[in-house]
Amino acid sequence: MKLKTIKKGIHPAEFKNYTEHKPLERLPLPEEVLIPLHQHIGAPCKPVVEKGQSVKTGELIGIKTGFISSQIHASISGTIKAIETLPHPLGMNSLMIQIAGDGKDEWIALPDKNLEWESLTSDKIIEMIEAAGIVGLGGAAFPSYVKLMPPKGKSIDTFILNGCECEPYLTADHRIMLDQTDAVVLGTRILMKALGVQQAVIGIESNKPDAIAKMFAAFKPYSNITVIPLTVKYPQGAEKMLIKAAINRTVPTGGLPLDVGVVVNNVGTAIAVAEAVTQKKPLIERVVTVTGNGIREPKNVIARIGTTFKDVINFCGGLSDDTVKVIMGGPMMGLTQPTLQVPIIKATSGIVCLKDNQPLASKEYPCIQCGKCIESCPMNLMPTRLARFSKVENWQRAAELGILNCIECGCCAYVCPAKIPLVQWIKIGKLRVSELQERQKATAAKESK
Amino acid sequence: MNEKSDNIPSQPTSESTSKPTTSTTNIKESVKPKNLLLTISPHIAGQESVPKIMWTVVAALMPAVVFGVYNFGYQVLVTMIASIAAAVVTEAIINKMRKKELTISDGSAVLTGLLLAMTLPPTFPSMYAALGSVFAIGIGKQIFGGLGYNIFNPALLGRAFLQASFSVKMTTWVAPITIDAITTATPLGSFKFEKTLTPWFDLFIGNVGGCIGETSALFIIIGGVFLLIKKYANWRIPVSYLGSVFLIGGLFWLLNPAKYPDPLFHLFSGGLMLGAFFMATDMVTSPITPKGMWIYGCGAGLLLVTIRLFGGLPEGVMYSILIMDGFVPLINRSTRPTIFGEKKR
Repeated sequence: MKLKTIKKGIHPAEFKNYTEHKPLERLPLPEEVLIPLHQHIGAPCKPVVEKGQSVKTGELIGIKTGFISSQIHASISGTIKAIETLPHPLGMNSLMIQIAGDGKDEWIALPDKNLEWESLTSDKIIEMIEAAGIVGLGGAAFPSYVKLMPPKGKSIDTFILNGCECEPYLTADHRIMLDQTDAVVLGTRILMKALGVQQAVIGIESNKPDAIAKMFAAFKPYSNITVIPLTVKYPQGAEKMLIKAAINRTVPTGGLPLDVGVVVNNVGTAIAVAEAVTQKKPLIERVVTVTGNGIREPKNVIARIGTTFKDVINFCGGLSDDTVKVIMGGPMMGLTQPTLQVPIIKATSGIVCLKDNQPLASKEYPCIQCGKCIESCPMNLMPTRLARFSKVENWQRAAELGILNCIECGCCAYVCPAKIPLVQWIKIGKLRVSELQERQKATAAKESK
Repeated sequence: MNEKSDNIPSQPTSESTSKPTTSTTNIKESVKPKNLLLTISPHIAGQESVPKIMWTVVAALMPAVVFGVYNFGYQVLVTMIASIAAAVVTEAIINKMRKKELTISDGSAVLTGLLLAMTLPPTFPSMYAALGSVFAIGIGKQIFGGLGYNIFNPALLGRAFLQASFSVKMTTWVAPITIDAITTATPLGSFKFEKTLTPWFDLFIGNVGGCIGETSALFIIIGGVFLLIKKYANWRIPVSYLGSVFLIGGLFWLLNPAKYPDPLFHLFSGGLMLGAFFMATDMVTSPITPKGMWIYGCGAGLLLVTIRLFGGLPEGVMYSILIMDGFVPLINRSTRPTIFGEKKR
């Protein structure tokens, strides 16, 4: 049978064998955590605790400051040691709440038994998801409750659960589907109820046959939920791509999945939702794949938010001596870290440690116009042109060629035989073009006044 | 001082992996990164590279080169070596003059020299072939800024230069040494001027008169298909080029079979196979968009048939490709792919 997939994109070597057969392991309680107040897309949180105050696990320590924002909770019990600016894994310095643990892991009061979620209203479920500080755990970290409240006039008819995990190396979602199957099913049903949709599909790439089989069995009782195996292709896990592959709907340029009646959530988000709604548990831990040829004992761990990379890497046997790169996220879109003194955040799907620096192993040549970047671009852009217009600072042409549509998946740079750092140039271009457009908007608004 | 990271063995010892608790201090030390690299994603890369592509194309030409030597004797080997040597030396001299890094190892100069020689008549003097290479690299490529920046296929530009400068030498043909004859006309020439058709099977194998590396469709297709499989040549170009020649040539043949040759004769005669698989597919000078490649191939096919049937020259591969090369910037600009989710324009 021919499986569904996207037209373009690439299929890099998977390297999932480091960790795909390793069940989830719980990381020992860290002695100290660093919890950034900005872990999500949207406005950063405002701290509601003070230095010296003692907190329990699950206690609210940062509150939302805007509609698109997310609550932040203490991930261990202990005392607030400091609230200061420290290196953030997304590359900037950011305000973080430092908690010195008491080693007791004393929780806030939680219900004794699981709540009867089926009697809850949709609004109540969304409220609980908001209170639990849940964001998209696939890596984008967009506040989940916002996605569940489509603006008036947009109706959602399909929920898609994202089990693609198309990034090489990462196996966190794979293991969640295998080891926490029931929570995935529960989370899916809760999210469907919150959205009021009648049908759901689960997209899983065919390199996870065990997860496909398990999900098939688990969702068998629910005739309105379909498991769809997909051909392995990167970046199929990107929202727009998955929607195209699984149900053949095309999100318009500049649009959102809700424009085509769809909401997509990651399997990791689904289990967080299940815990938040049935046990009132806030999001204080997540699954992280620690992998690559630069780590001694690759593992899939469940780590508290705020645990430093150093603690996680120590638990996995430490780095090999010749490790040159530590990446947060997958190797295609992840961010390299200059230090291990950065915390696991809600968006940390993996820590990939590499001994080699492949893209720079070959020298850069001029573009030979081979067109491979165009053939691989899932958004159907012309990466080599975008990069060149960015390089010569021709922002107008870059904008005309749709530079803002780039999802930075890296397919173009991966296939480029001339080893041109296309993503780097395009990222610069996107930044400048959107700055310019905002400035133009501002002046236009001023003039119309 | 025994905790210094220098003392830790570079490989994890069996002790440290089996009993992680006993060697915590060691692990804590080794976790300290010395120089972690900061780079923009992606952090992995495919295996392709520019030199790999160029050298593979050179390798894919070998079946046709070997057949050329078998067909016309060792003298053509001298022509090819002279042409390649002149191309490489010219490239190196210009690199030096422009104070740039030496680029001869990327294989593109060798490829240009070889391709040029393959389009020359077997008796063409080596010195002139070398001159053609100097022109091809100097004016065809380096004057634009080197690899990646040239507008026209350098080898074909070199050939056009030789055709204009030494037109008699460029149209003197010999029969293959395997056939007992001295001078002959090419199949295209004999059709154009004498209206005799060469059997297409001879054309396909290549034991006919013609340019050094152009006569055997079979051996060119072997190398060409290899390139298509490796994706070092885009399939759209040979398919549209050969396809349009077959269809347009076939149309004329159907209209008047007595006056016009059949489409198979078109396909397997002259330099079309070499042109379709190795010249038109030159990445630098062909369009970059999929739609553009179709336009380019079909345009070249139309021009080729027009030149062959109605032009003064028996063969039109060179000009059909060079003319289309000139249109490539325009084609690229007007065939931007529709962005994912964009309304159809």
